[in-house]
Amino acid sequence: MDFSFTPEQDMLRTQARSFLDKRTDGATWKELAGLGWTGASVPEAQGGAGLGFLEEAIVFEELGRALYSGPYFATVGLALPALAAAPELLTRVASGDLAATLAWREPAGSASLAALDGLLTEARCVKDRWLLSGAKHLVPDAGTVHAFVVLARTTADPPGGPSGPALFLVERNGDRPVVAVADTVDATRPLGQLTLDDDEGTLLVAPSAIAEVMARTRARALTALALEAVGIASQALALGVGHAKTREQFGKPIGVYQAVSHKLADIYAETELARSLAYWAAWCVAERTPDADLAALAAKAYAAEAAVGACERSIQVHGGMGFTWDHPLQRYYKRALWIESFEGSGAAHRAEIARAILDDDGAEAGPSGRMVRSRWTV
Amino acid sequence: MDLTDGPEEAAFRTTLRTWLEENVPDELRRFRGWNDRAAELGREWSKALHDAGYAGLTWPRAYGGAGLPWSYQATYLEEVARAEAPPHMGVIGLGMAGPTIMSHGSAEQKARYLPKILSAEEIWCQGFSEPGSGSDLASVRTRAELRGDVFVVDGQKVWSSFAHVADQCILLTRTATGGDKHDGLTYLIVDMHSPGVEVRPLRQITGEAEFNEIFFTGVEVPKANLLGAIGEGWRVAMTTLLHERGTFGFALSGALEVAVRKLVALVRDRAKDDTLVRDRAAREWIELQALKYTNYRGLASLKRTGVPGPEGSVAKLRWSEANQRLTKLAIEIIGQEAQVIDGDAVAAYWRYQQLRSRGNTIEAGTSEVLRNIIAERVLGLPRGR
Repeated sequence: MDFSFTPEQDMLRTQARSFLDKRTDGATWKELAGLGWTGASVPEAQGGAGLGFLEEAIVFEELGRALYSGPYFATVGLALPALAAAPELLTRVASGDLAATLAWREPAGSASLAALDGLLTEARCVKDRWLLSGAKHLVPDAGTVHAFVVLARTTADPPGGPSGPALFLVERNGDRPVVAVADTVDATRPLGQLTLDDDEGTLLVAPSAIAEVMARTRARALTALALEAVGIASQALALGVGHAKTREQFGKPIGVYQAVSHKLADIYAETELARSLAYWAAWCVAERTPDADLAALAAKAYAAEAAVGACERSIQVHGGMGFTWDHPLQRYYKRALWIESFEGSGAAHRAEIARAILDDDGAEAGPSGRMVRSRWTV
Repeated sequence: MDLTDGPEEAAFRTTLRTWLEENVPDELRRFRGWNDRAAELGREWSKALHDAGYAGLTWPRAYGGAGLPWSYQATYLEEVARAEAPPHMGVIGLGMAGPTIMSHGSAEQKARYLPKILSAEEIWCQGFSEPGSGSDLASVRTRAELRGDVFVVDGQKVWSSFAHVADQCILLTRTATGGDKHDGLTYLIVDMHSPGVEVRPLRQITGEAEFNEIFFTGVEVPKANLLGAIGEGWRVAMTTLLHERGTFGFALSGALEVAVRKLVALVRDRAKDDTLVRDRAAREWIELQALKYTNYRGLASLKRTGVPGPEGSVAKLRWSEANQRLTKLAIEIIGQEAQVIDGDAVAAYWRYQQLRSRGNTIEAGTSEVLRNIIAERVLGLPRGR
């Protein structure tokens, strides 16, 4: 039992924090690739660092703390498991030539990454080319990526071909496919609409492997956001503590008043618990343990609420200043709300955990498509 | 990072689990506190733990301990809690008095006291809190006056576990008044069988008496029982309290794991279709995982630095609130039946746990003091006092 990072992983964190602290104007995708972050888990043969999810976990947390606005979560958190189907795509991710996102939700469809039924987006095979048609919405970072990993249902055309949900890569080429970026509360991570009209795609994941890849994508994505949320909560706390130490009222720094200091202590306690859950989930995802799905749900449910709560209390500690557009807290708060809304609220995640621990048929009911082991009845 | 037991840790856990299954006396199974009967059996049970090698796991070999890493103590606490087995009755000797004597005691004191702590021949209690001195520990008023070769002790201590069965007491006394109140404190070892020591059980909200008041009237304590120098009591007491928080969190998360397991069974039985209850139960399951892994992170930093980190304060703070919420949820599920004392065993269990949980946010550092510790020592906020 050793719940600590290695000295090399600690160095990665130190390096990431000092780099991001200096780049308050934001870092470019190429710079992130140059630091080895985009290819952290890409095999060395594809130009990556050959490391794993624990290293990516450190980057997610630090990018959250810095409120990084590029497509790292979209590419590494959402698209990477599908992109791994094609080694040359991993090479492009590692070199910084490819940023991608996942387009899985449909206007009338489920929010869940694991829901594969009822897809309206179709992929049909015409003379060895896959042509995709349909609409995807709430696509993270749709405006800034080079390509989309699209979840679509293959038609049995030609007969005998693969039939069912599958993942395709659709590269952006001029004005195709059509992308409309929405004004988003969190302006640092806009959501967009994708309209496909016989746009060509490359098959990445066939129907036979889709459930496994989407379940793995889901655990990665939820854990990545839990880690980002920990970074956000930490920064909200740091801002609150900094303010409480320097702001004076009634002749004293407001941090001496327990109505203020205990609020900050509560943020600290919740952030540390969220951190423990997020690191646990990261380890489960890295090791692909059977409890990775539940750990990811628990971490995302808890850390997102902790981050939202941390920002709300920090805003309160800042008084009127915390309510202004110019103060950075509002941006952290909006990212925390973005994360909380992703793929279901904490209540939705807890309902899923409740099925696993309370219902005898929880194993079948797990929407992740994988067996939830009965040992989770504690 | 590796969140599984290594081969040696796994073997230790398996052996201990089997040993507990086979050796806990029937009357002490489903342990829920040292009532009179449990206390009668407690010494024998503690000796058995010692004979099996489970007392003083992290104590240095030179002092008769096993010299094992902290992770073994963590595993031990988890497994004892998991089995609902009673702990070693000498927890105050093993976890607080012993380490303090190792740090500040003379060679004679170490030889005199440490072996009997391990073997449970002597049970210890702690005389820190007073009626007028709870969170503000430095304000103790129990007087110790040096007259020749003895200190004469007069005063009153309160909230002392095990005092009714204890042989020795670590006692924080005042030897000087005026000046900084921290400087006038002196740390003594007091034989609880000395003339002038009177123990009165303190009946608590549950109706039981786990704690005691201790009255000292003209008690003569040999000068040789001084731990540290006269006036250095505060520094010595801080060593004691540091050790209180070491791996204590594992006993808490272990107990919470048992409570969550029982809550899950209760919900399955009686409230399986209640959406609100399901949400609250899932919340407590998540909180348990969070506390458990926070303890493991604390253990890693303890291993690295040798000093318990802030994780201990966080774990105690959040555990106490979790245990209060969880037990409250359970009696809500049971309903008004939980109000009847002669009700069924399930109701009796939760009624006791719910009332007992109200002490959790007060004992071993109130939640307010823990928040102060986090605010001042971890976050570096200015002191309010």
